[in-house]
Amino acid sequence: MKEQLAKIKSEALSAFEGVASPAALDELRVKYLGKKGELTAVLKQMGRLSAEERPAMGALANEVRSALESAIETAGKKLESAAMEARLKAETLDVTVPGKTVKMGHKHPMYSALDEIKDIFVGMGFTVLDGPEVELAELNFDRLNAEEGHPSRDWSDTFYFDEDSRVMLRSQTSPMQVRAMDTMSLPIRIIAPGRVYRKDEVDATHSPMFHQVEGMVIDKHVTMADLKGTLNLLAEELFGKGTVTRFRPHHFPFTEPSCEMDVQCHKCGGAGCPTCKGEGWIELLGAGMIHPNVLRMAGIDPEEWSGWAFGMGLERTAMRRFKIADLRLIFENDVRFLEQF
Amino acid sequence: MNLSRKWLNEFVAIDAGDRQFAEAMTLSGSKVELTHDLGEEIKNVVVGKVLSMKRHENSDHMWICQVDAGRGVPIQIVTGAQNVKEGDIVPVALDGSLLPGGKEIRAGKLRGELSDGMLCSFQELGLDQRDFPTAYENGIWILSDDPELTNLTIGEDIRTAVGLDDHVVEFEITPNRPDCLSVIGLAREVSATFDVPCTLHEPIVKGGGEGVLPELLDVETPDPELCPRYTARMVRNVKIGPSPKWMRERLRAMGVRPINNIVDITNYVMLEYGQPMHAFDYRYVNGGKIIVRRAAEGEKLTTLDGKEHVLTANHLVIADEGRAVGLAGIMGGLNSEIVDDTADVVFESACFDGTCIRKGALALGMRTEASAKFEKGLDPMNTLPAVNRACELVELLGAGEVVDGVIDILNYVPQPTVLKLEPDKINALLGTDISQGEMAQIMERINFELHDDQTLTIPSWRGDVKEMADLAEEVARFYGYNNISTTLMRGQTTLGGYSPEQRLEQRLGAMCRSCGYDEIITYSFISPTWYDKIGWPENDFHRKSFKILNPLGEDTSIMRTTTLPSMLDILARNYNYRNKDVRLYELGRIYLPGGENGLANEAKVLTLGAYGEGFDFYDLKGAVEAVLKEIRAEEVHFEGSLGAPSDASYHPGRFATIWCGTDQVGVLGQVHPNVAKAFGVDGELYCAELSFDELMLARGADPEYVPLPKFPSVTRDIAVVCGEAVTVGKLEEAIRKGAKGLLKEVSLFDIYRGKGVDEGKKSVAFNLVLRSDDRSLTSEEADEDVKSILEALEKDCGARLR
Repeated sequence: MKEQLAKIKSEALSAFEGVASPAALDELRVKYLGKKGELTAVLKQMGRLSAEERPAMGALANEVRSALESAIETAGKKLESAAMEARLKAETLDVTVPGKTVKMGHKHPMYSALDEIKDIFVGMGFTVLDGPEVELAELNFDRLNAEEGHPSRDWSDTFYFDEDSRVMLRSQTSPMQVRAMDTMSLPIRIIAPGRVYRKDEVDATHSPMFHQVEGMVIDKHVTMADLKGTLNLLAEELFGKGTVTRFRPHHFPFTEPSCEMDVQCHKCGGAGCPTCKGEGWIELLGAGMIHPNVLRMAGIDPEEWSGWAFGMGLERTAMRRFKIADLRLIFENDVRFLEQF
Repeated sequence: MNLSRKWLNEFVAIDAGDRQFAEAMTLSGSKVELTHDLGEEIKNVVVGKVLSMKRHENSDHMWICQVDAGRGVPIQIVTGAQNVKEGDIVPVALDGSLLPGGKEIRAGKLRGELSDGMLCSFQELGLDQRDFPTAYENGIWILSDDPELTNLTIGEDIRTAVGLDDHVVEFEITPNRPDCLSVIGLAREVSATFDVPCTLHEPIVKGGGEGVLPELLDVETPDPELCPRYTARMVRNVKIGPSPKWMRERLRAMGVRPINNIVDITNYVMLEYGQPMHAFDYRYVNGGKIIVRRAAEGEKLTTLDGKEHVLTANHLVIADEGRAVGLAGIMGGLNSEIVDDTADVVFESACFDGTCIRKGALALGMRTEASAKFEKGLDPMNTLPAVNRACELVELLGAGEVVDGVIDILNYVPQPTVLKLEPDKINALLGTDISQGEMAQIMERINFELHDDQTLTIPSWRGDVKEMADLAEEVARFYGYNNISTTLMRGQTTLGGYSPEQRLEQRLGAMCRSCGYDEIITYSFISPTWYDKIGWPENDFHRKSFKILNPLGEDTSIMRTTTLPSMLDILARNYNYRNKDVRLYELGRIYLPGGENGLANEAKVLTLGAYGEGFDFYDLKGAVEAVLKEIRAEEVHFEGSLGAPSDASYHPGRFATIWCGTDQVGVLGQVHPNVAKAFGVDGELYCAELSFDELMLARGADPEYVPLPKFPSVTRDIAVVCGEAVTVGKLEEAIRKGAKGLLKEVSLFDIYRGKGVDEGKKSVAFNLVLRSDDRSLTSEEADEDVKSILEALEKDCGARLR
C-alpha cells in the first residue's frame, strides 16, 4: 500500500506539471482525487490494515493528498497567468496611432498675457476696473494734467466725435485713474485693462486700436521705491525670476517723478542686438508718482496722500511674452495663429 | 534732436565713448535713440599727394600716378579722371579701404598696370556740393584747391582732414523740456549728468554799423499776449556767400542743409540756443516798420516754400505797414527772403504764444522746426543772447556790419520760480534717505540756486519745475532712478478681486473654449457699409452710431452697434485662408448712442461664429445651450423671429431667438446666404449673439444638492407620427403636460421621414424616464402615465403612436 501511494504521488505530480489547459487539469484532479479517483481507491483499502499500521499509513495518505492538492493549485495558477499573458499579448495596441481629437478652444494670446497680469495684481489686493472707451476729453486729458495744447490732444493723434473735442476715443487707460479717484474711497488699489485708440496707421508695431492696463495705488506714505518694487515683481512674474529691469526718467503730464521701465533684452542679454535696436533693453511700460495736480483735481490732499500709477501696452507685452513678431497677427485672428496658444 | 559731439565739447569736455555717453544720458532723463559716427562708413582713406603722372600706354584717357600717401614709399594708382595734376593733394582710398555704401577698394590691375588704390571724388566720400561749394564736381576732389582746407598732412585720415570725424547723438526730448532742443540745453544736462563744468560763452558784438537803430526800424506788438517778447537787430552791407567750413560741418552734423552765411547763422543760433531766428531783407520792410499782428481774415501770404496761404485772424503775422512779410513763428515770407543781393538784414529773435503758433501751424498743415519749438513754450529770456550771438557770428564771418543797439520789446517779464528745498518731503516721496547736502549738490549741478533759507531760484529755462514733486524728480534723476531701493507696499490691506461681471466673463470664455471655440479680438470701429452688408434695412435705428470725425479711413469710421459684421469678417478671412472647421468667439463691446454725459452705452456681446464640414444649426445651438447651462440659466427656450429688422442678417428658416423665461438673451442662426456672400463666403456660416447684460440677469442660483434617487426608474420609448408643422418643442410641451408627476426626463432620439410614414408627416421618437421618489414603480403605473402622455400628444398635436 505504501508503494501504491508513492506511485500515485509521483505519477500525479508529473502529470500535473505537464498539464496544458484548465480542463485537462480538472480531469487529472478527478482522476486522482475524485470520489472514484485513484487515491480514494487506495484509501478505501485502509480498513484492511491492522490497528498498528493504520495511523502511519493514514498520515502518509494525508500527506500524499495534500501534496497533490497543492500541486493542483500551483498548476492552476500557472495556467491562469499563462492565459493572462496570452490575452494581454493579443490585446497589444500600436501606441503611435494618434489619440482621438478633443477639440478645445484657445484663449487669445493677448488675453492670456492680460490674465496673468490681472492675477498678479488681484493677489496683491487690487480691484479690477472696467470703464468706457468713448470718453470725455476732460477725463482723458484735463483731469490728467494734460493741458490744452498738449500734443496728444491733436486731431492728428486722437479720434474725436464732436467739433469741440469734448467726446473722444480714450487714448489711454489713464482716465480710469480719475474715475477711480472720483468713485472709490481711499486707499485705492486698482488695475484697469482695456481698449485704447490712437491715430496710427496699421503696421508691424502699430494699430489704431490696442490694449493697455493701468495700475494705480493711492495711500498714505506710498513711495517711488514701492512703485519700483511692485513693477519688478510684475516683470519677474511675466518674464521669469531674475528678469533684469532698469528705470529711466521720462515725462508724463500726470506723474511726477515719471519713469519708464525697461526689461533687459531676452535675445542678447543686454549686449545689444537687432531686437533691442542695439540698446540691450526693451521698453515695457511708463509709470510714476501721481502728479499732485491730479490728486488736487480729484479733491485728494497731496500733503496727506501719495500714489503711483503705471500704464502698460498689452499687445507689446504679449508679443514679448510669446515672441510674436508682428502686431497685425494679433488682430488678424487666423485660427492657425490662435491655436498656437 | 541731433547733437554734434564736437559742438557739445565746446561747452562741456566729455570723452566718454558713444555707448557710455548714451547710457549715462538716457539714465539721467535725456533718452538717446541712437548714436552715429559720421565717418563710420569710411575706412583707410587718407590724404595723398600726386608726385608724378604719365599716360597709360594701353588707354587713351587713363593716367598712372605716383602718389605719396604717407607710406614712406610712393604708391602707384591708375585714374581715369582728367582734372588731376602733379602736386595736387587728393583723397586716396588705399588697398582694402571702405567707402560709403559699403564699396570696397582693392589693389588690382587696370589694363595691365598695377593700381594700388583709388583717387576719390567728394561724392565717393558721401558728401555733396553744398558741403564743399568750391570743389570740382566732375572729377577727383582736389583738396589743395580748397582755400579752407589748410594744414593738410600727407597720410592723415581723410575723416579728420575734411571734418567727417564727428559723432552725432540723436535724443528723444520729452515735451516738458523744450530747453533741451538746443546744444546749450543739452550741454547743461551733460554737465549735470557727468558732474563736469559747463562753460557757456557770452556773445560780444562790436557793432559800429551805419545808422541808428530806432530810426531804421520800429516794432509794434498790438497783441502783446501773443508776443511776450520781440527782439531784433540789424546788419548792414551784408555780403551773401557760403558760410565757412566749420559752420557747414556743424550744420550738416545736426542734419541741417547749409544755404548761405546769413541763413546758416540763423540756423546755427537756433541749434545752439534753441531760439528760432528769422532773417529778412530790410529793403522789403516798407516804412521800416515791423508790426506783429493777427492776420486779417482772408489775408494772403506766400511763404518761403513757395506756397500761398489764405489766413484768418487766428494766425499771427509779421507785417510791415502794408502787408505781411512772414508767418510768425512758423515760416518767413517769400516777399522778404534773403537773396544774393540782399544788403541789409533784420534778425528777429522773438517769443510767441505757444498755443497760437501751434494752432496756426496745425490749421495750415505746416509744422516747421521753429513752430515745433514755439508751441512748447520757449524761455523769453533767451531772445536777447540769441540775437547777439547771431550778430557776433556775422562779425566773425565778416558777413556784414552790425548796427549798434537792440530793439527789445518785453511785454511779459517772467518772474523766477522760487521753491523751498524740503529733503524730508522729497525722501518721503521717493522712499530714499538722501541727505540735504547731497540734494544741495544736485541742485548746484542743474543751476538751481540754493539760498541760505533753503529756497531755490529756478532758472528761467526750467519752466517745467513748479513744485516739490518736480524737485523730487530732479533729485531722483541725478541720484539715479536705479539707486532708489525697491520695497513692497505697506499700508492698509485692501480686498481686491473680481466683480461678479468679471467672473461671468471668465466663465463664459472658459465655456466657449471648452466647446471648441477660439477667442478673437476685432476692431470696435467699422465701416458704415457693413450695416448694408449684413442686410439691415436702410432706416433701421440700430444704424445710428457714434461717428469719428477724424477717422483713419472710412473702414474704421464708426463705432459698431453690432458685433455680427466683425465676426463675419474674421470668419470670411479664415474661410479665404482655407482653414477648415473654424469656431470663434468674442466677448466684445458695442457702442450705442444715449449713454450718460453724451458718452456711449457700451454693452458687451458674446458672439459665436462657426463654419465647417457638417457644422449645422444644432451644433451652434448645442454650444449656446451649453453656455446657458453653465450659468444655470432657467426656463431656456428658443423661438422663431419676432420680426426685428436686424433678423434680416439670418436665414429666415434657420434662425431662433433665445429666451430665458420672458427675457430675450440673444439670437442664433445660419447667416443669410446673401450676407455670407457679401462677405465673400459661398458656404454656410453660423453665428450667435448673446447680450452680456441679459446673461448676467439670467444667471441661476448656486446649486443645491438634490438627493440621489433611492428607487429605480422605468424607461419607455415612444414614437409618434405628426404633421411636419408640429415642432419638437410643441410635442415636448404636450408630453410634459400629459405626464402625471412621474416623468423625470424627456429626450428626443430620432426624427424619421420616409417609408412607413405618410407624405407630409414625420415620426418623432422620445425616450421617457419615469420615477417615483418614494417607491419602486410598477409597470402598470408607468404605463398609465405613458397612456396619459399619448392622449395629450394626440389632443394637442394630433400626434399618434406609430
